[in-house]
Order: sequence, then structure tokens, then C-alpha cells
Amino acid sequence: MEFLQPATWEEALEARAASRDAVPIAGGTDVMVGINFGRLRPALLLDLTRVPELQQWGTDDGAVRLGAGVPYARVITELGDRLPGLAMAARTIGSPQIRNRGTVGGNLATASPAGDAHPALLAAGAEVEVASVRGTRRIPVADFYRGVKRSALADDELVAAVRIPPRTGPQQYSKIGTRNAMVIAVAAFGLALHPDRRAVGTGIGSAAPTPRRAPAAEEFLAGELDGLWESRAELPPATAARFGELVAGAAAPIDDVRGTARYRVHALSVMARRTLTWAWADYRKGDPACA
Amino acid sequence: MRLTCTVNGDRHEVDDVWEGESLLYVLRERMGLPGSKNACEQGECGSCTVYLDGVPVCACLVAAGQAQGREVGTVEGLAGPGELHPVQEAFLEAGAVQCGFCTPGLLVATDDLVRRSRAEGRRPADAEIREALAGNLCRCTGYEKILDAVRLAADRMAGEAR
Ligand SMILES: Cc1cc2nc3c(=O)[nH]c(=O)nc-3n(C[C@H](O)[C@H](O)[C@H](O)COP(=O)(O)OP(=O)(O)OC[C@H]3O[C@@H](n4cnc5c(N)ncnc54)[C@H](O)[C@@H]3O)c2cc1C
Ligand code: FES
Ligand code: FES
Repeated sequence: MEFLQPATWEEALEARAASRDAVPIAGGTDVMVGINFGRLRPALLLDLTRVPELQQWGTDDGAVRLGAGVPYARVITELGDRLPGLAMAARTIGSPQIRNRGTVGGNLATASPAGDAHPALLAAGAEVEVASVRGTRRIPVADFYRGVKRSALADDELVAAVRIPPRTGPQQYSKIGTRNAMVIAVAAFGLALHPDRRAVGTGIGSAAPTPRRAPAAEEFLAGELDGLWESRAELPPATAARFGELVAGAAAPIDDVRGTARYRVHALSVMARRTLTWAWADYRKGDPACA
Repeated sequence: MRLTCTVNGDRHEVDDVWEGESLLYVLRERMGLPGSKNACEQGECGSCTVYLDGVPVCACLVAAGQAQGREVGTVEGLAGPGELHPVQEAFLEAGAVQCGFCTPGLLVATDDLVRRSRAEGRRPADAEIREALAGNLCRCTGYEKILDAVRLAADRMAGEAR
């Protein structure tokens, strides 16, 4: 095995292009488990932790551009106000030790249907910025997931950053597992209200081969909220319940060791209804972002 | 490959490190620092918790080469030779150690929590303690004595200079 530690982004992209079977490593919280258990024996480990650009975030063109290598702990402490949905999701990941190392870039590249960043990124309408020596492209996050643990990343590409529109309204994240810490989601749901464009964003986790949105639920709710954005009136309970049903209807779960398909569908309808109820209550209280 | 890093303030250089090796393996098997424990090798138990550049991490999930040039702090470095750190004393006094396998990781995680809250001039609330230790599993104590020990350590360290 070889170990390469590029100091610049250009060097990292060149190394990736030169060795298509290299395995990039950021926080190592997926990669090292594979190596420790003998499931992963890459010819080359490409350590990205010394590439300064990947460890930074900034704002660009109205979006937060979050470097692929920023650990969850920093998303929580530094971006909780701008990206509350992603920060809430990050809080549910692993343990403090895992959050100190694990990154959104690693979560994306692993592309597990249970990855916790995904529902929040879907709901927020994020874009994944990927790069290679051939150039840079932006992929809407909904198009990034291509199958169970498969993504749109080509074998000479690296994730550079995720571009996430900062919140303009309340966001929520809900995850079901056997306990609070250190669990892979049985099912998860991310919600973002976008009062600026009178729209609703959703993200479903652990209940389909890939993370996915619930477009019918988004459209339904945006229609129901027509007029309510201004009046901030109460949301009829039937609307929240119907939203929950439509979210559950977008899922395509399986039975596995963590839960049954039936349970997942039910859990999603409950999580969608609850997160909407919480988010709308926040909005009614005059959530600042909707001015 | 060769790995050079600082561990508990001392510069260490080791040769013939396998590229896929974890920092935990290097510490235990190559540097003679077996304090950090290996129980799961998958980030679940926290018994391998060390500081990497001042941040608590699972040493089993850090590739050896990722520690190149970095500062590592292990349980062996908490107190001077023959001495006990206030967190270690508190664990002993509270009866928070049974088989002791989880203890090194818990000591590092506790030290981090107590330092952070002390820097903010306060003591950690119980909910915070539970959250901070959520990545450290103990199969013996049932955690109550561990919580006692953390509160005791926080009380004692609150009085010390920062
Ligand atoms: C104990 C434990 C608990 C966990 N709990 C959760 C949880 O609750 N929720 C959850 O979602 N996940 C969880 N995980 C999984 C893991 O922590 C996350 O997927 C994390 O986001 C991975 O990030 P990383 O930086 O550690 O990735 P790494 O392990 O470094 O890499 C992961 C994958 O991404 C690739 N990669 C990394 N960076 C890039 C890049 N910039 N460009 C291209 N490819 C790249 C790697 O080659 C690898 O295939 C847990 C893991 C452990 C060990
Ligand atoms: S040995 Fe590292 S977390 Fe268990
Ligand atoms: S004292 Fe035995 S595992 Fe904690």
C-alpha cells in the first residue's frame, strides 16, 4: 500500500487522476473501519487532510460553500445559524469523537442511503461541487446519488465542496434509531421551509436505495401554504397529516436488521408530520428569515 | 514508511509503519504506549480516545500517516510520572473503574469536557456530560459512578488556574 499526502488541491487532483483505484481518506471514519477489518486494501491511500481548501468554508454567490473536509463538529459550532438542518443532522452522527473527524465530503462519497447529511442537503437544495484535472462541475445533490453506496463521482474526481443555500426559514431534522448516539438511522427525514421562494424542501433517509426527495409532498405543501406564508395562520392538522402520508408514499424501503419496511413507512409519516408542525410553529413565531 | 510525530510532548520517530495501520496500533505496538485500548477498531467504543492536535478522536480510525507531524496526547500524558491527574483521582475515588478497559478513553474524553467547560468558566451540566461521553462504552459500571467522577473532577478543576 502507498500513502500519499498532497499539500495542495492541484496535487490531490493529479494524484487522483494518476491512480484511479486510489482510495481518498478524509476523517477515515468509513475508510479505516474497512481497512481494520480487512475489507479494504487500496493500492494507494490518498490523504486529503492536508489540503487547506478542503478544510474551509465561505460564502460564494449567496451559498455557503462548505469544503468537503470540514468535520461535523465545525458544521455544528460554526454553521448552526446558516445551515440549521445540516447542523441538526450532524448532531445525530456517531459520537463526539466521530464528529471531530467525519466530514460531509466523506458522507457524500460513501453515498450510503443511511448517511445523515443527505436528507438535510436534499431539503436545503444543495449542490455538490466535484473536480478533476478535467475541470469542475456542480451536481444538484438529488442527482448525486445513483444507487446503494453509488454516486455520480467519476473515478478521477474528488468532492471539492457542497454548496448550500443558507436558510431562509425554519429547518428540521428527525432520525429514528435504537438510541440517541452512535446509531445508523432506521429512517430519517429532513425538512426545509423556503419562504423566500414559497417552496418546501424534503429529504428521506434510510428508506429507499438512495436518499431521495418527496416531490409530491413538497408540491402539496407549497400549494397549501399559498396565502399562509403571509397570514402565518395556523396549519390545519389535516394538512400536516396529509403531508406525512405523501412523504411516506415517496419511500421505497426494505426489511432489514434495523427495521421493517412497514415500520419505516409509518415512522416517516410521523416524522414528516412532526417536523412540519415544529417548523411551522417556528415560522408563526416570526422566524426572522422570512422578511 | 517512517512516521514522525509528537506524543505527550516527546518527539517520536518510528520506521516500517504499514500504510494501512492505525494510529492506535502505532501507539500500542510501536511506541510502547499501551494505555489507549483496542476493543472494537471501528469507532464504536471510544476506549482508544486520544487527543490529535488537541481534539479527542478515536485513534483506531486515524491512519498512521495522518498523524505525521501532528501532536498526539494519550492517557499516559495526562499526569507526570508517578502522579495522578485530577480526573484520574476522581475516577478512583468515585469507584468509576471496574475492569478498567474503558477507563483510558473515558479519562481523555472527560479531561476534554472539563477543560472546555472550565475555559468557559462553568461546570458541565449532566446532559452535557452524557453527550460528551456518548462515544465511550463501559460494560461494567453502569455509568452512574462515571458520572459521579466527572462531576467530582469538574468541581475540583474549577478551582484551578486555567
Ligand atoms: C462509530 C461510527 C458511527 C457513525 N455514525 C454515523 C451516523 O450516525 N450517521 C452517518 O451518516 N454516518 C455515520 N458514520 C459513518 C461516517 O462517519 C460518515 O459517513 C462520515 O461522514 C464519513 O466521513 P469521513 O471524512 O470520515 O470519510 P472517510 O472515511 O475518510 O471517507 C469515506 C469515503 O469517502 C471518500 N472520500 C472522502 N473524502 C472525499 C473527497 N473529498 N472526494 C472524494 N472521495 C472522498 C473515501 O474514499 C471513502 O470512500 C459512523 C461511523 C462510525 C465509525
Ligand atoms: S477501539 Fe477505537 S473506538 Fe473502539
Ligand atoms: S470498567 Fe469495565 S468496561 Fe468500563
